[in-house]
Amino acid sequence: MSSIAVKKGFGAILWEYLTTVDHKKIAHLYLMGGGFFFLVGGLEALLIRIQLLKPQNTFLSEQTFNEMFTMHGTTMIFLAAMPLLFAFMNAVVPLQIGARDVAFPFLNSLGFWLFFFGGVFLNLSWIFGSVPDAGWTSYATLSLASPGHGIDFYTLGLQISGFGTLISGINFLVTIINMRAPGMTFMRMPLFTWTTFIASTLILFAFPPLTVGIFFLMFDRLFGANFFDVAMGGNAVIWEHVFWIFGHPEVYILVLPAFGIFSEIIPTFSRKRLFGYSSMVFATVLIGFLGFMVWAHHMFTTGLGNVANAIFAVATMAIAVPTGIKIFNWLLTMWGGSIKISVPMLWSLGFIPTFVMGGVTGVMQGIAPLDYQLHDTYFIVAHFHYVILGGVVFAILAGLHFYWPKMWGTMLSEKIGYFTFVFFFIGFHLTFFIQHFLGLFGMPRRVATYLPGQGLELGNLISSIGAFMMAVGAISLVYNIIITVVKNKKVGNDPWGDGRTIEWAIPSPPPFYNFKQTPLVRGLDTYWIEKTEGKKELTPAEPLSDIHMPNNSFVPVVISFGLFVAAFGAMYNPLNQVGDGKSWALPMLIIGLLITFGSMLFRSIKDDHGYHIHKEDLMDDEGGESK
Amino acid sequence: MNVEGKFTPQTWPDSPEKQTLEGKNKFLGFWLFLGGETVLFATLFATYLALKEKGSSITTEELFSMPLVFAMTMLLLSSSLTSVYAIYHMKNYNFKLMQAWFLLTVFLGFGFLCLEIYEFYHYVHGEHFTYSSSAFSSAYYTLVGTHGAHVTFGLLWFIALLVRNAKRGLNLYNAPKYYVASLYWHFIDVVWVFIFTVVYLMGMVG
Amino acid sequence: MTNEHVSKTNVREQYEYRRKKNAKEMKLQVVTFALMIFLTLIAFMAVGFSEHIPVKFIAPFILLLAIIQVIFQLYYFMHANHKGHELPMFYMYCGAATAFLTILAFCTIVWW
Repeated sequence: MSSIAVKKGFGAILWEYLTTVDHKKIAHLYLMGGGFFFLVGGLEALLIRIQLLKPQNTFLSEQTFNEMFTMHGTTMIFLAAMPLLFAFMNAVVPLQIGARDVAFPFLNSLGFWLFFFGGVFLNLSWIFGSVPDAGWTSYATLSLASPGHGIDFYTLGLQISGFGTLISGINFLVTIINMRAPGMTFMRMPLFTWTTFIASTLILFAFPPLTVGIFFLMFDRLFGANFFDVAMGGNAVIWEHVFWIFGHPEVYILVLPAFGIFSEIIPTFSRKRLFGYSSMVFATVLIGFLGFMVWAHHMFTTGLGNVANAIFAVATMAIAVPTGIKIFNWLLTMWGGSIKISVPMLWSLGFIPTFVMGGVTGVMQGIAPLDYQLHDTYFIVAHFHYVILGGVVFAILAGLHFYWPKMWGTMLSEKIGYFTFVFFFIGFHLTFFIQHFLGLFGMPRRVATYLPGQGLELGNLISSIGAFMMAVGAISLVYNIIITVVKNKKVGNDPWGDGRTIEWAIPSPPPFYNFKQTPLVRGLDTYWIEKTEGKKELTPAEPLSDIHMPNNSFVPVVISFGLFVAAFGAMYNPLNQVGDGKSWALPMLIIGLLITFGSMLFRSIKDDHGYHIHKEDLMDDEGGESK
Repeated sequence: MNVEGKFTPQTWPDSPEKQTLEGKNKFLGFWLFLGGETVLFATLFATYLALKEKGSSITTEELFSMPLVFAMTMLLLSSSLTSVYAIYHMKNYNFKLMQAWFLLTVFLGFGFLCLEIYEFYHYVHGEHFTYSSSAFSSAYYTLVGTHGAHVTFGLLWFIALLVRNAKRGLNLYNAPKYYVASLYWHFIDVVWVFIFTVVYLMGMVG
Repeated sequence: MTNEHVSKTNVREQYEYRRKKNAKEMKLQVVTFALMIFLTLIAFMAVGFSEHIPVKFIAPFILLLAIIQVIFQLYYFMHANHKGHELPMFYMYCGAATAFLTILAFCTIVWW
C-alpha cells in the first residue's frame, strides 16, 4: 500500500491492470481496448474499399462483404468510438472536477470488463465462422432469416457490452453530481465534463431500450419467442423503433463528448476563454433533449404516415439550431485569440468545416420527401461518415494527442502528428466527399459490387484511394505511439503551456490519489485564474490529511467472464433457431450465470472498506510517478 | 468517520443512508438506475400493447382471472408497507424490528412469487398458452416475467442482507444498503401497479 | 460542566424530536397505504362491474388511478417528498417522459 513508486515486473503490471479500480488505469485499458478494435474496424473498412475498387470485383464474396460491413459498423460504434471516448472521460473528468476518483470505482472496472468480454465475444464470430451479416442495425426482417449463429454473436456480445456502458453512464452521472470539488458549481464545470454529463444521461435513457430490443431478438432466435415473426403475429417494425429509440441518442452519446474535447482544445490553443460558455452548455442540454424525439427520421421510408414523418422532420431540423450555436461559438473563440497551431488544434480546425458539411447533409435528409430519394444510397454513407468520422474520430485523434501527456506522461511527436493529420484528413475527404455524388448517381449502400458503364467507376476508385491514405495516416499514428513509448521522455504538469483546467495543474500522469489536497475552485478555467495571479499551483480547499482509497479487486473480471461463459450456453441451447443445440449448453448457461451472480454475492457480503494513505506518506511523496 | 462504529438510538443520525459519501453515491446512483429501469419497463409495456392478442387464439378476457390478480396485488402492496415499516425502524435504530419487518416483506414477496409461478404453470398446462404460442404470449410472458425476475432478485437481495448483517447490527456501512434495497422493492411495486392495471384489468374489459 | 450538560439535553431533545417526527411520518405512511388499497379496490370494482359502466370510461379511469397510486408510492413510500430528492425526481421524470414517448409511438405508429 505504500505510495512510493517501485519498478514492477510484467506479471505484476498485468495483475495491476486486471484488478485496478483507479480511473486513470481504467482509462488506459479503455484506450488500449478501444484502440485495438479501432484498428480491427479500420481493417474491415479497407477490405470493403478494396472490394469496391473496381466494378464486378470478386475480392470478397457477397456473404463476406455483408459480414464485413456489419462488423465494421458494429465494431466502430460499440467497440471503438464509445470505449475511446470513455478512455478520455475516465482520464480527464475526475481530474477536471477535482475528484480523487469516480463515485463507484468498482463499477467503473466492471464496466470496462463487460465491454471487453462483450467485444471479444462478438469478434469470436470470425473464428467460429458465422459472422453477423444483417448490418449494424440488424433489422429483424434480415436478422431472423440469417442462417448460422452470426446474429447470435451480435445479440449476446452487444448485450454484455451494453450492460457495461449503462453502468459507466450511471457512474459518471453520480461522479459529476456528487464528487465536485468545493467551488465547482455546475456553471463552472469545463465543457468536456458537461458533455460527459449529458452524454451519460442519454446513456441512462437510451441503453435500456437497446437492452430490451436485443433481448427480443435474442429470444426470437434462441428461445422460440415471436416478437418479430409476422407469421405468429409479431411485428418487425417494433425492432426498428426500439433500435432507433436507442440508436439516435447513441449518435449524440458519441458526438457530445467529441464536442466537449474540441471545446477544451480550441480555448487552450486560442489562449482565450471559450466564447459563450453558457450558450454552449444550453446547446448541449438542448441537443440531448431533442435527441430523444427524432428517432423516426431513420424510418421515413418505413411508411409511418405523413403526420409522423412531418413531426419527426421538423424535430430533426430543429437540432441544427443548437449545433449551429456551437459552431459559431468555436469560431468566435478563435476570433481575436492568439492562436497557436499544434496537432490537436489542427484536428479541431479540420473538424469545423467537415462537421458543418455532415450537418448540412443531415438537414437535407431530415426533409422527408428528399429522404425518399436519398435513403439507402451512398449519400447516407457519406453523411454519417462526415458526422461520425469528421466529428467523433477527429475528436478522438485530437484528444489522443492533447491528453496523451496527461495519461502517460510523455508527448507524442508533433512532426509525425502533422503527417498523420495530412494523410488522414485528405484521405478522409477523398474517400467520402465523392460518395455524396455516388449516392446521387444512384449507387445503393450495402451492395457488394456495381456494374461497369454506369458512371460509378471513377468515384469508387477515388474513394478507395482515399481509404488507403487514411490507412497510411493510421499507421503513422501507431508508429508515433510506439516511438513515443520507447523514448519515454517525461514531461511536466502542463506540457502544452496553456492549460486552463484543473487537470493541467497536477503531475503527468497524476499520482494515484490525484490531489494531495482537494483544490478550491474559484471560477471557470480554474488553473488559468491561478496562473493570471502568478501562482503555479491550485489553491487547496482543505488541510493535508489522510486520504481514503478503494481496494483493487479481481471480481469485475470474474463477473464479466461469467456472462461470457453463459453467452455460449445460451447460443447453443436446444431451442435455438439454427437447430444445432448441444447437451452441454444449458449446464453451461447455468454455470456462467452462477459465476456472475455468485461473484456479485461475494462482492456484496465481503466488506471492502478500502484503505487510507497517511498524511506522513503524502508529505514524502513527490507525486510524479503513479503507483 | 468510522463506518462500522457503534451507535445508540440517541446518536444515530437522521438520514443514516446519506451520512457517508459512499452512502450518498449509492442513494443517487440507485435512483438514476431506477430512472433507466423506467424506460426499460416502458419498452416492454409498449411492445406488449403493440402485440396484444396478436397471433393468439386466446383473448385476454378468457385468459386472466380476477381473484388471482387481486390476491397478488394485495400481497405485493402489503409488502411495500412492511418495507416502509422496516425503514421506519432503521431510522429509529431498532435493528431487531427492522430485520423482522424485512423478513415479513420477504415472506409476502415470496407469496406473490408463488402465485405468479402458479399462474404461469396454469396458463402453460391448462390453457396451452406457452412462451412460443404467439407474439402475444411472448410479449406477455416477457413483460410479466421480467417483473417476476425483479421480484426474485429483490428477494435474494433482502435475504443476503438479512443473513449477512444478522449478527453485527446496524451501522453507517450497511444502512445505505438496506435503504437502497427497499427503494428497489418499492419500484417493483410501482411496476406492478401498471401491470395489474394495463395488462390484467384493461385486459379483462377488452 | 454546564456546557456538557446543555449538549446532553440537546441530544436528548433532538432524539425525542426525531422519534416523534418519524412516528408522525409513519402514521402518514399508513394512511397512504390505506388510500392505495382503496384506489386498488375501486379499480378492481370498476372492472368487476364493467357491464354497468361504459368500457370507454373504464380504461382511462383505472389508468388515472394507477398514476395517482404510483405518485403516492414515489412521494411517500420512497420518501421523494423529503429534501435531497430533487435530482432523483428530475431523472425519474425524464425517464417517465421517455417512457411516455415510447408507449405513445408504439400505440400509434407501429403499423400493420
